[in-house]
Amino acid sequence: MKSWLTTTDHKRIGMLYFWTAFCFFLIGGLEALVIRAQLVKPDGGLGVSAETFNQMFTMHGTTMVFLALMPLSAAFFNFIIPLQIGARDVAFPRLNAFSYWVFLLGGLFLNFSFIAGPLFSAGRLSVAPDAGWFGYANLTSRQFSPGPNVDFWLLGLQILGIASLAAGFNFVVTILNMRAPGMRMLRLPPFTWMTLITQFLVITAFPVITVALVLLMFDRIFGTHFFVPQGGGDPILWQHLFWMFGHPEVYILILPAMGIVSEILPTFSKKPLFGYTVVVYSGVVIAFLGWSVWAHHMFSSGLGPIADSVFAGATMLIAIPTGVKIFNWIGTMWGGQLSFRPAMLFAIGFIAMFIIGGLSGVTHASAASDLQQTDTYYIVAHIHYVLFGGTMLGLFAGMYYWWPKMTGRILSETLGRWHFWLTLIGMNLAFFPMHFSGLLGMPRRIYTYSAQLGVTQFNQISTVGAFLIGVATLIFLFNLLRSLRRPADAPNNPWGGATLEWAIPSPPPVYNFTVIPTVTNRLPLWQTERHGPMAPLPEQPPKPIHVPGGSWWPMITAAGLPVMAIAALSRFLPLVFVGVAIVIVGIYRWAYEPFEM
Amino acid sequence: MLRGPVYFDAVPLVLVAVLLLLTGCSGPFPQSVFHPRSDFATALDGLFWNIFWWAVAVFLVVETLLVIAIARYRARPGAPAPKPIHGHTFLEIGWTLAPVLILVFIAVPTMRTIFATAGQAPEGALRVEVIGHQWWWEYRYPTLGINAMNELHLPLGTPVQLEMTSADVIHSFWAPGLGGKRDVIQGRTNRIAFTADSTGEYWGQCAEFCGASHANMRLRVVVQTDSQFQAWVDRQRSAPVTPAKGSPEEKGQQIFRRSACIGCHTITGIANAKVGPELTHVGSRGTIAGALFPNNTEMLHHWIQNAPSLKPGALMPPQNLAGEDLDAVVAYLQSLK
Repeated sequence: MKSWLTTTDHKRIGMLYFWTAFCFFLIGGLEALVIRAQLVKPDGGLGVSAETFNQMFTMHGTTMVFLALMPLSAAFFNFIIPLQIGARDVAFPRLNAFSYWVFLLGGLFLNFSFIAGPLFSAGRLSVAPDAGWFGYANLTSRQFSPGPNVDFWLLGLQILGIASLAAGFNFVVTILNMRAPGMRMLRLPPFTWMTLITQFLVITAFPVITVALVLLMFDRIFGTHFFVPQGGGDPILWQHLFWMFGHPEVYILILPAMGIVSEILPTFSKKPLFGYTVVVYSGVVIAFLGWSVWAHHMFSSGLGPIADSVFAGATMLIAIPTGVKIFNWIGTMWGGQLSFRPAMLFAIGFIAMFIIGGLSGVTHASAASDLQQTDTYYIVAHIHYVLFGGTMLGLFAGMYYWWPKMTGRILSETLGRWHFWLTLIGMNLAFFPMHFSGLLGMPRRIYTYSAQLGVTQFNQISTVGAFLIGVATLIFLFNLLRSLRRPADAPNNPWGGATLEWAIPSPPPVYNFTVIPTVTNRLPLWQTERHGPMAPLPEQPPKPIHVPGGSWWPMITAAGLPVMAIAALSRFLPLVFVGVAIVIVGIYRWAYEPFEM
Repeated sequence: MLRGPVYFDAVPLVLVAVLLLLTGCSGPFPQSVFHPRSDFATALDGLFWNIFWWAVAVFLVVETLLVIAIARYRARPGAPAPKPIHGHTFLEIGWTLAPVLILVFIAVPTMRTIFATAGQAPEGALRVEVIGHQWWWEYRYPTLGINAMNELHLPLGTPVQLEMTSADVIHSFWAPGLGGKRDVIQGRTNRIAFTADSTGEYWGQCAEFCGASHANMRLRVVVQTDSQFQAWVDRQRSAPVTPAKGSPEEKGQQIFRRSACIGCHTITGIANAKVGPELTHVGSRGTIAGALFPNNTEMLHHWIQNAPSLKPGALMPPQNLAGEDLDAVVAYLQSLK
C-alpha cells in the first residue's frame, strides 16, 4: 500500500492513472445514461429536473474530457513512452507522481460537488456544476449563478490544469532527452511522436484556460468585471479564451489515439506504417492549424463575415492533414496480412467512425452552413463520432494492445469481440440519429423537447444505443477484472510488435531494460530488408541498476491545492495560506529529499 | 468469403436507411432546417447540400477502400510475409492534393454565402429589435411603435432586419425555417436579415444554453400577408380593452391592479413595470410562457398559480390566487385581445 502511495515508477503511476480514469469514465457514462433516459420521452421526459439535467450534461462533458479521455491517454503516456524510447523512467519521476495526485484530487474535488449541497445550505444534495463544460460567461457570473456550482467547476479545472501542465513538461523533456542511443527523432514510434505533439499543445493551451479561469474566479470572488457587460466587461472575451484552449484540447484528445492506431495497424498488418514521415508531419501540421481555428466554435456569436471566412478556411485546411493520415492508415493495411484481434478491430473501427465525424465536421467548418447546425444535436453527433468513435475506440484499441505489457495478461478475445461489436452498434445507434434530431430542430442541452418536433423516435433510438454502449463497457470491465485473476504469463511480444516495449518482459521489471538498447532503425524488433531484428536483451542486468525509491512529497504537495480551492469555495480566504504553506513545505522537502539508494 | 469486419460500414448505412424511413412517417417537423422559407434559410440549405454530397462522395471512397483492404488482405496461414512498403511519394502528393481541390469547391460557396448572409438588410427593411430574457423573447418595432412578446409577426415578402441583444445572459435566436441562428449578447447588437417567402407559423427556440429553463425558451414567428400583418399592427397599437362594468373581466382587472402582477408587468394604463413580458394584448397571442404552452384558460390558471413548477427557474412566483379571483384574472387577461 505504502509503496503505491509513494511510488515514482512510471509503470505504477500509469496503472494508477488507468484505474482512476476508468472509474471516472464509468461515472461520466452514468451521467450520459441519465441524460439519455430523460430524453426518451418528450414534454417532461422521465421527470429528471432541469437543474439535475443541467448538472448531468455539464459533468458528463467535464468528466469525459478532463477526467476520462485525457488521463486514459496519460495512462499510456506513463506506461508506454519510457518503454518505447528505451528509458528507465520519465525525466522527473516525482513530478510524474505529483501530476497523478493532483489529477486524482482535482477529480474528487469536482465530483464532491454532487454531495456538497448541505455544506452550502443549498436545499438540495447536489451542487454540481451546471453551466456547461464550456462555462459561457455571463451565465457563470455571480449574478446568474449565485451558488457554489460554478466555483466547483472553475476551481476543479484549475487544479486539473496543474496536473496536465506538470505532465506536459515532464513528457516533453522525457521524449527529447531520455531516448536510448540511436533513437533519433525520426525513429521514434508514432505513438511517441503524437504524444510529444500532444504535450506541446498541453503546455501552450493550458496556460490560456488557466488565465481565463483566474479572471472568472476574480469576477466571482472579488467582484471584478472581466466578463460582465454591465461593468464594461465582455462575455465574448471568455469565448475566445475558452476556445483558444478548447480547440487545441480537441487535438490533445485525438492525437494520442491517432498515435495508438498508428502502432496497432502495422503490427496487425505485418507491414511498416505507410508514409511514416508524412504521418508524423501531418500530426505536427494538425497541431499548428489547431491553434488557428478556435473561433469556429463561435460562428453564431457575430464575429463578422471576414473573421467567419478566415476561420472557416483555416478549419477546412485541417481536413487535409487529417485525410492524409487516414489514407496512410489504409495504405498500411493494403497488401498486408491483417489479423483481426480486438485491438485491430478497434483500430479499424476508429478509422471507419472517425471519417464520419470528420466529414460532418466539414459541414460545420463552413461558417454559414454552421448557423443551422451549431448548438444542435447535429454537433453532439459530430463530437461523439470524433471523441467516442475516434478517441475512445482508439483508447480501447490501446488497452487491448498494451494490456499484456501493462499486466502480463492477455484480455479474452471472445469478450473483446463482443465488446467491439456491441460498442460499434451501440455508438451508431446512439449518435447517428442525433444528426437527424439536430437538423430537425433539437437544440443541445435541453432537458425536454416538444413532442411536436417529431424527434421522439430519434431520441429513443439514441437512448437504446447509449445503454448498449453501457452493456459493452460492463463486458469490457469484466474482461479487465477477469484477466487480473489469471496468471501473468503473457510473452514479451504477444502480437509481434516492432517497437522497444516488446523487447522486455510483460509486465516489465522495475528497471525496464536490463541493458539500454542501441537503436539502429525505426522497427528494431522486425526483420526488414536492411536490418535484422535487434539481438535479445540479457535476462538479468549485467550490473546493478539504481532505481529511485518512493517519496511522500509529491502527494503532500498536491494536497495543498484542494485546500486552496476549498478556501476560495468557502470564501474563507485565510485558508489559502494553509494551502500555500503545504505546497511550499512540500516543494522544499521534495527538493532536499536525500537521494535514496 | 466476406466475414466479420466487412460489416463495419454496413452499420451506419443501414441506419441511414432505417432513419430515413422513420423520417418519412413522422410529423411535419415544424423546426426542421430542411423547409427553408426565406432567402437566408434557402442560402444555408443550398450550401449544406453542396457540402453534404461532397462528404458522401469522400465517405464512399474512403470506406470502400477500407472495406476492400479488410476483405482482401485477411491473414492466411502459410502466406509469404507481406512486402515491407514504407510509403509512396506520388500517392502522398495525390491524396494531399485531392482534398485541397474538394475544399476549394466547398470554401468558395461558403465564403460567398457568409457575405451574402452577413445580416445587412437593404434600405427600407422592417427593423425589429429582438431582446432575449431568461427565458422569453421581446420584440420591439421602433418604426411601428409597438412591442410583441415571444411571437414575432412579420410581413410576407418584406426584407426584415433583426437587431438583437440580451437583457441578461447569452441566448441565441433561432427559427430554422427562416434562417440560421445568431447569439444575442448583452452590450452588443447582432444582426440577421431575411425576407420570408411563405406565410405560416414558424417554430424556433433559444439555441444557446442560458440556464435552468433554456429548454423552455421557445419562440414563434408568424409570417402574414400585408393586410393581415397591418391588422395585427393596428391591434397592437390600440389601447387595451376596457372591461364592461360589473363583468368578471372588470373584477379581474381590479385584482390585477392590487396584486403583485403590477410589480413586473405592463398593461397600458394599468401597470407599467418591465420585469416580465408586457400583457397589453396578451389575449391575442397563441401561446404563453415563452411560447411554451397554448394560451388557454387551463394553462393560464396553472401558470398564475405556480409558474416555477411549469418552467423551472421562472421569475414569476406562485400567486396566492384561487377560485373566483383566479377565474376573474384569467378572464381579464383573455379579454386583452
